[in-house]
Amino acid sequence: MSALSKEDIDRMSTLTREDILEELKTKIMSAPPQSPFLGKDIISIKELSREQIITVLNHAKSLKQTPQPELLKHKVMASCFFEPSTRTRLSFETAMTRLGGGVMGFADAGVTSTKKKETLYDSMKIIGQYADVIAMRHPAEGAARRAAEATDKPILNGGDGANQHPTQTLLDLFTIQECQGTLDGLNIALIGDLKYGRTVHSLAQALIHFNPTLSFVAPESLQMPSYICEDLNAHNISYSFYERIEDVMSQADIIYMTRIQGERFPDKMEYERVKDVYVLTKDMLAPAKPSMRIMHPLPRVNELKEEIDPTPHAYYFEQAHNGLYVRQALLGLVLGALHA
Amino acid sequence: MNMTTFSHPTKDLRSFKVFTIEEGTVIDHIDAGQALNIIRVLNLASDDTIVTVGLNLPSKKLGHKDLIKVEFRNLTPEEANKVAIFAPHSSINIIHNYEVTDKFSVTVPTSIERLIVCPNPSCITNAEHMNTLFHVSNGGAHLKFTCHYCEKKFQHDDILEYRYS
Repeated sequence: MSALSKEDIDRMSTLTREDILEELKTKIMSAPPQSPFLGKDIISIKELSREQIITVLNHAKSLKQTPQPELLKHKVMASCFFEPSTRTRLSFETAMTRLGGGVMGFADAGVTSTKKKETLYDSMKIIGQYADVIAMRHPAEGAARRAAEATDKPILNGGDGANQHPTQTLLDLFTIQECQGTLDGLNIALIGDLKYGRTVHSLAQALIHFNPTLSFVAPESLQMPSYICEDLNAHNISYSFYERIEDVMSQADIIYMTRIQGERFPDKMEYERVKDVYVLTKDMLAPAKPSMRIMHPLPRVNELKEEIDPTPHAYYFEQAHNGLYVRQALLGLVLGALHA
Repeated sequence: MNMTTFSHPTKDLRSFKVFTIEEGTVIDHIDAGQALNIIRVLNLASDDTIVTVGLNLPSKKLGHKDLIKVEFRNLTPEEANKVAIFAPHSSINIIHNYEVTDKFSVTVPTSIERLIVCPNPSCITNAEHMNTLFHVSNGGAHLKFTCHYCEKKFQHDDILEYRYS
């Protein structure tokens, strides 16, 4: 709703209370609808509807095709990374810069007042007074939601511990749509560390909106947690468990690889047993559909052999690239420069 | 006390277990083992009221149950909802002049503030001085508690600590 002008206020001084109320009501009713994204915190993928996800992806596609170098001119993003990040931090900062906005912040909590035991709440309240939008990563689960309580500026969660990483999920969805032409009804195999990997948890939850067939390929000790499966059951999403990549190769539209981390295993012998089972090689791709694409949130270690890079199935570098446009779309939407 | 005077010990002992009260509230059908949690959450121990507790009483409905009688105090709906967190099947009986004047089942609240300490050590609520908030859902036989912050889901058995005050 637009602000009242001086003329409005002068004229209203001559009106009765009922007239003023009636006029205000008319003004509110005739105001253009506010974008549901304006000022919105992007904390958990679970809070975005199918329509909202599609809105973000459509804007990301437009921004990939047509850069808008002045869209966020004079706006400032705080980039608050309390723990290390490469792709997420740099793509957020590049996204803001390429939209004409400014960036300030830190990439190491050790240089902030956190070292002096300042609470996250206080830090974010103060940073919110300097910036128009805040992109953050923090090791504590729920930190982004806590930060959102401290400031009225929109928070974009770039990862809160093992909990959520919604911008990664949105860029994953954008990439799937880009390489498959649709998000609906696809056969998607999630492979590797499904127990602790937040990207696969969030992706499975987001795919609930798009009626996929999911294959979970992991050693039993690293299979998809039951609370994610319960969410899938509640939405009648079809999923199956596998222990070998070969078992899903011929049906998959998307192979989503993740890294199995040795430090996750309480039993090191178990790690030694499975660590090479979840390595994707070029030979294993023979039965795959020509349209099948391989994704990976990166960094990779040895689970994705470099010999795959030149094949038409490799799509993980494009996936990382797409993070730029998805984050641009989110920045534009929450700052009101793009509309739903 | 001369115990040998009882002609029907079981029946007479039972009258000791569940004697009637003149005024107050009887919380019945509490899941066995939860009565002490309820006493803490309602802060009954530090009140001046007389509180009688029965633990592991035989129950046709539950097998075993706990029971609490609070004299000269009627539970408010908010207090009854706190009871529901620990004992979702319990019933509240309001007693006036030795008679039950009102009886109602407890309602499980949709959210709980402050009371539950998040069992997830990596949750921000365990790193900052702040209140917790849990969303409650009824997942089959057991209540499920989802942390508003770390989004992890827990059952009663997972919760190790409560903040009673």
